[in-house]
Amino acid sequence: MATKHSRAAARLMISPAVLLLLGWMIVPLAMTLYFSFQRYNLLMPGMEEWTGLANYQYFLTDPAFFDALTNTLLLVGGVLLVTIIGGVMLALLLDQPFFGQGVVRILVIAPFFVMPTVSALVWKNMFLNPVNGLFAHAAKALGLQPYDFFAQAPLASIIGIVSWQWLPFATLILLTALQSLDQEQLEAAEMDGAGPLSRFFHIMLPHLARAITVVILIQTIFLLSVFAEILVTTNGGPGTASTNLTYLIYAQSLLQFDVGGGSAGGVVAIVLANIVAIFLMRMIGKNLEA
Amino acid sequence: MGSIVLEKVHKLYGNVEVIPSIDLTINDGEFVVFVGPSGCGKSTLLRLIAGLEDTTSGAIRIDGNDVTETPPAKRGLAMVFQSYALYPHMSVRKNIAFPLKMAGMDKAEIDRRVEGAANVLNLTQYLDRRPGQLSGGQRQRVAIGRAIVREPSAFLFDEPLSNLDAALRVNMRLEISELHQSLKTTMIYVTHDQVEAMTMADKIVVLQAGNIEQVGSPLELYRNPRNRFVAGFIGSPKMNFIEGAEAAKRGVHAIGVRPEHIALSKDSGLWKGTVGLSEHLGSDTFCYVNVEGIGTLNVRTSGEVSVHHGDTVWLTPGEANIHRFDKDGMAIR
Repeated sequence: MATKHSRAAARLMISPAVLLLLGWMIVPLAMTLYFSFQRYNLLMPGMEEWTGLANYQYFLTDPAFFDALTNTLLLVGGVLLVTIIGGVMLALLLDQPFFGQGVVRILVIAPFFVMPTVSALVWKNMFLNPVNGLFAHAAKALGLQPYDFFAQAPLASIIGIVSWQWLPFATLILLTALQSLDQEQLEAAEMDGAGPLSRFFHIMLPHLARAITVVILIQTIFLLSVFAEILVTTNGGPGTASTNLTYLIYAQSLLQFDVGGGSAGGVVAIVLANIVAIFLMRMIGKNLEA
Repeated sequence: MGSIVLEKVHKLYGNVEVIPSIDLTINDGEFVVFVGPSGCGKSTLLRLIAGLEDTTSGAIRIDGNDVTETPPAKRGLAMVFQSYALYPHMSVRKNIAFPLKMAGMDKAEIDRRVEGAANVLNLTQYLDRRPGQLSGGQRQRVAIGRAIVREPSAFLFDEPLSNLDAALRVNMRLEISELHQSLKTTMIYVTHDQVEAMTMADKIVVLQAGNIEQVGSPLELYRNPRNRFVAGFIGSPKMNFIEGAEAAKRGVHAIGVRPEHIALSKDSGLWKGTVGLSEHLGSDTFCYVNVEGIGTLNVRTSGEVSVHHGDTVWLTPGEANIHRFDKDGMAIR
């Protein structure tokens, strides 16, 4: 391996990149921390002053905060549940030999390439709209009352949209994992008297454990910060029914012009994300070990 | 019990005929080896018996019952795969217990049988390890353990030793033979290695291109091969085939002599030739002798005889051990 000398040289040479990245991260973080202790309202420029922990106190005692916290966890949990169960089932289907397999596999990834705002708008206006939406037409054709998704089940609707976007990702990762399963293991299990369900639970699912862990970790990172889908559909409403932490911070700083409060929310969000990360690694991190 | 009968078994993969039509009877308690070059259909035949492949037509009977349409699990057979196919996320104990658990057996009985199998196979101290922490030979034993706990009516082995190194292969060969001696269960063993076939089998089935070339005991096949393919395949090193004038002298199309049935002498004999390559194994020496008008013959001599490249030697085949073949490659007796 590397000698002491070349290791020192390597450190020296990567240091500019590390320093740049560190600065890139540390400056916004420091500014957020700084603002979170300031009384800083965009409507009153030049009136900034030190307020200590007041911003945190207001943010954490805001009833909307607890709604947002629950919604964030529900959103992450709901999407993970749908994408992993759906992803495993789709992967099992796509693993079967059928005509046009290659094309179908490419089509499956398609939703992942649609940007969040666009897909959310398509869902909002073309599918879930209570007057013009496809689901409303379907309900009317069956003689039923159209369902106003965003008014009556706002969070569930957003979970649906976000799941639709992330399902391809989960499916692809799980499909590749499924394809790496040794066929002889399945045949051995079949000879051992395991039916299709036993084979799935005893052989396939344990084999998929690592891939599922990867999907959960990657998706959680992105799902904690879902924003565009909420902004273009429900605007966090009705009330706070579909407000998550990200959206609450946006509302605090840019709709109520309270940059100080928003920054305090940002810091809270960072802490919460790290708590979630620690919990995840504790629970499923051992699956990543070889 | 475990007698297996194949009747006109036929297998197509799409339009490719893998097995044209096979009739075969395997008696209870026999150790049968399917042997043949790669791609001859021996593994397919085993998978047909196991039920992992469906027969295109024909029937398979186990103990007199037609199992052609029976799913693999219900045939009462256990299989050991080439890759062992152990379940990597389960401990050795759980691997061995898996078929029993699937059969819904009660816990105490499972434990008893797993311990028993582990004892037989010297796996007791490894029961709580994962397959990934075992050596090749131990994994092989776990795979066998998983097969024997089910107390099947027959064992199927699909080239089980091909992933082991040479020394371990000899060991496992003995262990499997001993297992057969103690269990007295029917075993069907697939291999491309004729040494394994000769040493282990009660009955060898030689396959080529999906057809059975000959069925018989190892010595029967060695002494009376039915055709040139079997003659060349069984026995190591390969039999020497001589065509042309030398064969015509005996009134046949071709003759075959095994290397061990040719006497080598430095001063007199039937055929005169020069030594090309010689392989010294210690106990034996295999000489490749170039004989004029005949070609290169492989001759076995004892390790004490010292011959060198370029030496002139005389060869004499043992007349009683010359195999005669007609134009179609069939043996003439």
